[in-house]
Order: sequence, then C-alpha cells, then structure tokens
Amino acid sequence: MSAAGQAKEDFTFTPENLSRAKTIIAKYPEGRQQSAVLPLLDLAQRQNANWLPRAAMDYVAALLDMPPMRVYEVATFYTMFNLAPVGANLVQVCRTTPCWLRGSDDITRTCCQKLGVGLGETTADGKFTVKEVECLGACANAPMVQINDDFYEDLTPESMAKLIDDLAEGRKPSVGSQTGRRGSCAQDGATTLRGKTS
Amino acid sequence: MLDDKDRIFTNLYGTASWGLMGARTRGVWDNTAALIQKGQPWVVEETKNSGLRGRGGAGFPTGMKWSFMPKPSDKPHYLIVNADESEPGTCKDREILRYDPHRLLEGILLACFAINAHTCYIYIRGEFYNEASNVQRAIDEAYAAGLLGKNAAGSGWDCDVYLHRGAGAYICGEETALMESIEGNKGQPRNKPPFPAGAGLYSCPTTINNVETIAVVPEILRRGAAWFAGLGRPKNSGTKIFSISGHVNQPCNVEEVMGVPLKELIEKHAGGVRGGWDNLLAVIPGGSSVPLLPKDICDTVLMDFDSLRAVQSGLGTAAVIVMDKSTDIVEAIARLSHFYMHESCGQCTPCREGTGWMYRMMQRMVKGQAKVEEIDQLLEVTKQIEGHTICALGDAAAWPVQGLIRHFKPVMIERIERYRRQAGVG
Repeated sequence: MSAAGQAKEDFTFTPENLSRAKTIIAKYPEGRQQSAVLPLLDLAQRQNANWLPRAAMDYVAALLDMPPMRVYEVATFYTMFNLAPVGANLVQVCRTTPCWLRGSDDITRTCCQKLGVGLGETTADGKFTVKEVECLGACANAPMVQINDDFYEDLTPESMAKLIDDLAEGRKPSVGSQTGRRGSCAQDGATTLRGKTS
Repeated sequence: MLDDKDRIFTNLYGTASWGLMGARTRGVWDNTAALIQKGQPWVVEETKNSGLRGRGGAGFPTGMKWSFMPKPSDKPHYLIVNADESEPGTCKDREILRYDPHRLLEGILLACFAINAHTCYIYIRGEFYNEASNVQRAIDEAYAAGLLGKNAAGSGWDCDVYLHRGAGAYICGEETALMESIEGNKGQPRNKPPFPAGAGLYSCPTTINNVETIAVVPEILRRGAAWFAGLGRPKNSGTKIFSISGHVNQPCNVEEVMGVPLKELIEKHAGGVRGGWDNLLAVIPGGSSVPLLPKDICDTVLMDFDSLRAVQSGLGTAAVIVMDKSTDIVEAIARLSHFYMHESCGQCTPCREGTGWMYRMMQRMVKGQAKVEEIDQLLEVTKQIEGHTICALGDAAAWPVQGLIRHFKPVMIERIERYRRQAGVG
C-alpha cells in the first residue's frame, strides 16, 4: 500500500496543536480516547501541508495508545486523508449526478486544461492538485468544487478559470456562490419568506 | 402553498444572523425550560402525536424511536445527531447547520431530555468545514449563555454537546457505521440486533436522529402537536425542506408542506423545468437512492412518504433531482452506480463486488455496447445485491438501476441496437 508508505522521518505536534489535541481527547469518555483518531489525523494533516506521512500516523497512534495498524486502517478508509503530498490548493470537483447535470464535466476540463494536469496530478510549481470527488452536498448550487476547506459554487468554465487565476496569483476569492446568490436561495430571489428579514 | 407563518426555518437562506442573538429574534431558545418542565412523557407523546417522521431518509416515526430507549440504568444514554449529509441531491441539513445552528441545539436539549441522555455528539461530514465552524461557535455561545451544560437553559437537565467531524465516507451516514466512526474505527456498519437503543455508541443505549428531525422538535413542542399534524396529510405531516437540483431554472432549497405536488414544487419554487414542463424527462424525487420517476408520474404525484412509495419510489431525503429531455438518462444513473461503487465500505461481498459489476455493466449500457439480454442480467445483479447486505447501501445502489430498467428499458434497447448497427454487428 502506498498508503502507509510515504516516508518522513519524524512528526510531533506543535505545542499549540498538542494542547488542541488534549481538548479534543477530553470530548470522549475516559478510556475511549481512540474516538479522537479522526480529529487528530485531521489536525496532523493541517500541520503537515495537507498530507499525512506515516510518521504522523504513528505519532497519533502512540498518542492515543492504538496499534499503528488501526490508525493506518482509518487513514486509508476515509477519503479526506491525503497519503501523499498535494498541491497548496487541492481542487476537488464534484462529479456526481446533480453536478454532472449542470456541467461538472466542463468544470473538470477547465481545471485540467488550464493547469495542464490530469486528474490526481499536481502542477509542477506545487500550487494545484486536481481531483474528482463524489457528492459534496451542495447540489442546489451545482456545479461546485471544494478547494481546501472552502466550497465554490454555481460555477461556469469562465468563473472556474478566474478562481484558478486568483489563487495562482495569491488572491483569496470569495467563498460560496460565484453568481452572488445567497446560500441556496433561488437566483432570482426567494419565493418564500419575502415579508420578513429574520 | 405553505404559509410563511407555518415555516420553521425562517433563516433558511441566511438573510439574518445565525448567532445566538439572531436565533433569539426567531424565537429559538424561547423559554425552553417550560417545555422540559412539562415532563418527559409529555415531550415524547407530543412528538408522537405530531406525526413527525425522521427526515434522514427512512421516515421512521421519531417519537416511537425515542420510546424504544430503555429506562435509566448505570449506563449513560447518548443522542447522536446525524449531520453526515451525503446523499446525492441532498443539501438541506447544510442550511440548518450554517444558518440556524441554535435551532438544532435547542432540539438537542429537548431530545436528550426525552431519551434520558446527558451527552450528544453531532457527527458532521468532514467536508462541511465552514458549517462545522458555525456549529462549534453556536455551541460555545450556548455554553456561555447557560443554555447547554449543567442545568441547561435553567431546565434542571444537564446536557453536554460535542461536535465530531467525519473525514469523507458516505457510509458513515448509516447509523451503526457512524457509531463505529465515532469510536475511532473504519465506518463499517454493524449487524442488527443489537439495535442502537439497546447497545449503540460505546455499547450504551443510543438514539440517532437526522439534523432536520431534531431541529423541528422545539417548534412542535411550542406550537403543539396538533399544529404540525394539521399540515400535510395523515401519517405524512408537517413541513419539509426540499432540495431541488438539476435541470430547473432556479435550483434551491425550500421549506414546503409535506404532500406538496411535485409539479407545484418545481414550478412555484424552482422556476420550472428548463424549457418548460413538457421538456421534463424524469425526476429522482428523494435523493440518489430512490428509483426515478418518468414524466407521466411526475405530472400528478405528491411529495410525501406514502404517495411516493405507492409509485415504487420514495421520499428519502426529499432531494428532487430534475432531468430534462436533453439528459442521457443511462449516463445519469451510471454516475450514481459509480458513486455507490466508490462508497461501498467493502464489508459485504454482494455490495463490494456487486456495485462494481453494476457500474461496469452500466458503462457498457451507456454506449449500448451490450446484448439486449444483458439488461435482464443487470436486473438480476441488482436483485442479488438487494436485501443481501448488512446495511441499506446495497439496496440503495440497486434501486436506481432498477428504476432505470423499469421505466427506460426501451431507451436502453434502442441504444444497444444503434450501437450494433453502427458496429455492423447483426
């Protein structure tokens, strides 16, 4: 498994993250510290440029008193753990039917062509990785992508290209709908709750 | 159409503040202690009498589920809120989580009281990072205001709420997989029995409810069971958030009355089908797991549990995926087969192997590169998966393909014949 294979000599939480880890572990009953494995792997990944080297999994295993193999099992089961380095911007294009009906293929094509990469590949400058993923749960704002922690919605090939330009030049695009609508309210305005503002 | 005064989710579009101050102006946390002081039997009975059925897909009566919890013992009881919203087409809980989290938290206190729990975990899908951030801030606000924790909201009930983020796995929306995930394991469903009410999280009595289910409880208790039961149709009562996606002019989420006609829902709230109602090909009415409906059924069907069941589909999560006549319907369903193949947890052989079989056959069906008899073979594969797995993911993977064959077999045959003509076969 390439999974647990990526090498990096050692890993320890920063003092700040170690204190966060303790707060997380305290959410669960005594003796159930293993419950913290997902949040701690997430924390480790955030500390390590958005990917999990094996040393980080081993470190989390030791911290939670788990056999390392149990942590590898978890890390390989859940799709949000990156087991190899990824670009600074991890672009995940939703490909499931509701997004596909509204043109997700065009969004994927735009990403790949503009960045000159195939799916799962990272640009030479390390700035972008492009992936296709399954339903991200923003179907009324399709098509959409997730880039790191944020959703960008109601995309067209043009607005997708602009997103990439902005990120490439270090600008932070506005998160959410790229057509400026509020949440999942109908584009031309709400059909309900029009009489009140709260 | 549902009257605005009967709407529960008055901040569905985030027009107002989601924080505690904003929530209070919407009536959230309004004298919650008084509801609790009416006693646990009252809370459970009132919920039963409201006719509320679970909003996560299965539609199980909520009050009845609560009443399955055992009498208090030395084991703690747990409430889990299922916020692992991942069913393709479904994006309603997200709006509650990010725009009205206090409504959920108030419901959690009431539900915890109803099932003798002092601890609740909210399991939110990992991709909802910003939504999780709002929920956590709402939890912090609620603790600071004395609404959670010891003697929550002055009710005399202790209630601790913890947020737990998932990490990308559709299967964790299945209740026993979700509990495995909280316990720090791969999200693989457990055999039932034991049922969660007997032995759930950490082998303790546990109730799992969907976000929307819990979030409507405070309004039901405040306004009375009769109010909620009076909306919609018998056994299909109340209001519901519908997610409308796909080929409509105005995709959106909207709260409507249960039993609203599908056509009215699409035309009034989603700007109609692209190109007009007559340009409609089919609708998946309740999230990817339920069989699609061709236009002639869509003309008249009502959007509730029993009406959709009567036409061999289901309300599911009330996620309406609309497809107009430009849609390659075989590819639309093949995409769903890919989804289930990707999300199968790998535990049961019929699902692990069968979802791959279905997807590979569906890929050939998209091109027509198949024999006509293989359509029946594909149907047979779905039957070999359905009912032969620990959890419902196998069924959910089988039903979309069955729906396709039930309603669009001629399209599949036509495509096969065209392929054979073009390839010069037969």
